[in-house]
Amino acid sequence: MSESSATRLNVFKTYKLYVGGKFPRSESGRVYEVSDSKGKWLANAPLSSRKDARDAVVAARKAFGGWSGATAYNRGQILYRIAEMLEGRREQFVREVGEAEGLSKSKAGAVVDAAIDRWVWYAGWTDKIGQIVGGANPVAGPFFNLSTPEPTGVVTVIAPQDSSFLGLVSVIAPVIATGNTVVVIASEKSPLPALSLGEVLATSDLPGGVVNILSGKAGEMGPHLASHQDVNAIDLAGADPVLAKELEIAAADNLKRVLRPQPVDDWSADPGMSRMTAFLETKTVWHPTGSLGAGGSSY
Amino acid sequence: MPTTLTAFADVTTSDSALRRFLHGLPGVDAVGLEARAASLGTRSIKTTAKAYAIDLAISMIDLTTLEGADTPGKVRALSAKAVNPDPTDRTTPMTAAVCVYPDMVATAKAALNGADVKIASVATAFPAGRAALPVKLADTRDAVAAGADEIDMVIDRGAFLAGRYLETYELIRTIKEACVREDGSAARLKVIFETGELSTYDNIRRASWIGMLAGADFIKTSTGKVGVNATPANTLLMLEAVRDFRAQTGIQIGVKPAGGIRTTKDAIKFLVLVNETVGEDWLSNHWFRFGASSLLNDLLMQRQKLSTGRYSGPDYVTVD
Repeated sequence: MSESSATRLNVFKTYKLYVGGKFPRSESGRVYEVSDSKGKWLANAPLSSRKDARDAVVAARKAFGGWSGATAYNRGQILYRIAEMLEGRREQFVREVGEAEGLSKSKAGAVVDAAIDRWVWYAGWTDKIGQIVGGANPVAGPFFNLSTPEPTGVVTVIAPQDSSFLGLVSVIAPVIATGNTVVVIASEKSPLPALSLGEVLATSDLPGGVVNILSGKAGEMGPHLASHQDVNAIDLAGADPVLAKELEIAAADNLKRVLRPQPVDDWSADPGMSRMTAFLETKTVWHPTGSLGAGGSSY
Repeated sequence: MPTTLTAFADVTTSDSALRRFLHGLPGVDAVGLEARAASLGTRSIKTTAKAYAIDLAISMIDLTTLEGADTPGKVRALSAKAVNPDPTDRTTPMTAAVCVYPDMVATAKAALNGADVKIASVATAFPAGRAALPVKLADTRDAVAAGADEIDMVIDRGAFLAGRYLETYELIRTIKEACVREDGSAARLKVIFETGELSTYDNIRRASWIGMLAGADFIKTSTGKVGVNATPANTLLMLEAVRDFRAQTGIQIGVKPAGGIRTTKDAIKFLVLVNETVGEDWLSNHWFRFGASSLLNDLLMQRQKLSTGRYSGPDYVTVD
């Protein structure tokens, strides 16, 4: 090591939230210490307040029109772009995931690869989900009757606590693939991979506000998001049973869609479609076929 | 001219006397003004004080629609909202007024049906003010005859910026006379300076004094039709003007910031400015107004948050 590098000061990274396409600190000014699996200090992460959560919902609502109105093809391209960007920063995420979850380099590498592949998987689904869960319905009349899936709206996600990166990607990718926007509370214990993901999303053509990442306590922000009148659904993936029950009760007030926590042993397994269909509504339209004319005209 | 204004009687006798007076007003310390406005904007207003401020702000709103596309239906909807801003909570106060174009005054009057909400009408070739005096007078008389309680006039910024101060003064005097109804009562006159077009804070101070000397009941920042509308700094400057004017003449004049105030947080900052600059005498809708349309929805959402404990959303207020 040369003399100049030996005396060089460390440049620590300030982890920040990702809200509305920007990287703010917590409105409250609070941070908390994040340590690795052995208890060694890694960094300070923002300890978000309910006002950060409120701002994130506003950003997500603002982004919803554009994102849900984008073509499915365009959404697929952007999700694929996220995978491309992640691939370029693979080393960083291998290190962060390894530190956060106490994994060896090769195991952390496998987790990051699985997360990248997960983006590709959902990128492919964006323009195919409509054919699977929508379609033409047979009706007894001269009508076309078509059902199409529509996004639910602004979805709040409590990210899995243990799988800080693959688990996070596995819960937010299906939500945004179908046109929803999301406010996610990252794993409280290991939020750093999630906060770094925000930097990837910001450079992936993803419109600001489609994904909003908060770090902090799910127990503090969760009740306010669950009772928020402008949040349409909540995914309780990372909530413990007591919190999940409390949030489901709070969410009942405005008829939010609630996805209860489901035990997941292995986040790298085939995710299936259930996480996408959980946040879709079905729109059905009737349209005359054209054989209605009184004079027998076909139009 | 009211007798209390005799102290200033000589300043409006000629263009040069008025210019001498206006240019003799102390210059505005722009940095100090903005710093003062910014520091007053940092107050934290919470819980019961916030609830009070929200209700006060709602009661001070001139609920406005000034679009070329205004229809009678839209004016009726606006009037209904002014009377009953939140149908889910009848304790919500009414707004101070609805603010419309002169041809919509009759529609608004019918829709309000005697409710305690004033009808304000813009006049004098709003928003540009580029019309001949007879046109401006006819515009004003039409609005008053149709039942407007308040007239929002614009000054001729061209004349003001060209230095023809007495012409600006005489215009306001003339319009003020046109606000008098047949029975002798008069519509209250708000004078819009369009501060965004006046270039300097010194000009805003001078315009405020012209308006006050000419007998304005309210001085108002802007039309909402230009890039820069009400800001805390220019509103603070106008509040200082009405404070100084009352100290010297005993006459109280209202202030109305308009345009660009969209959130509860902004509105509360303005209320803090009022309280700290001119005091509680102005903290009522007779003396302070907000010219706004989307602000009301944000106030209602914040009000719902305070009363239910849940964050509200745009689905729970009307789309205007």
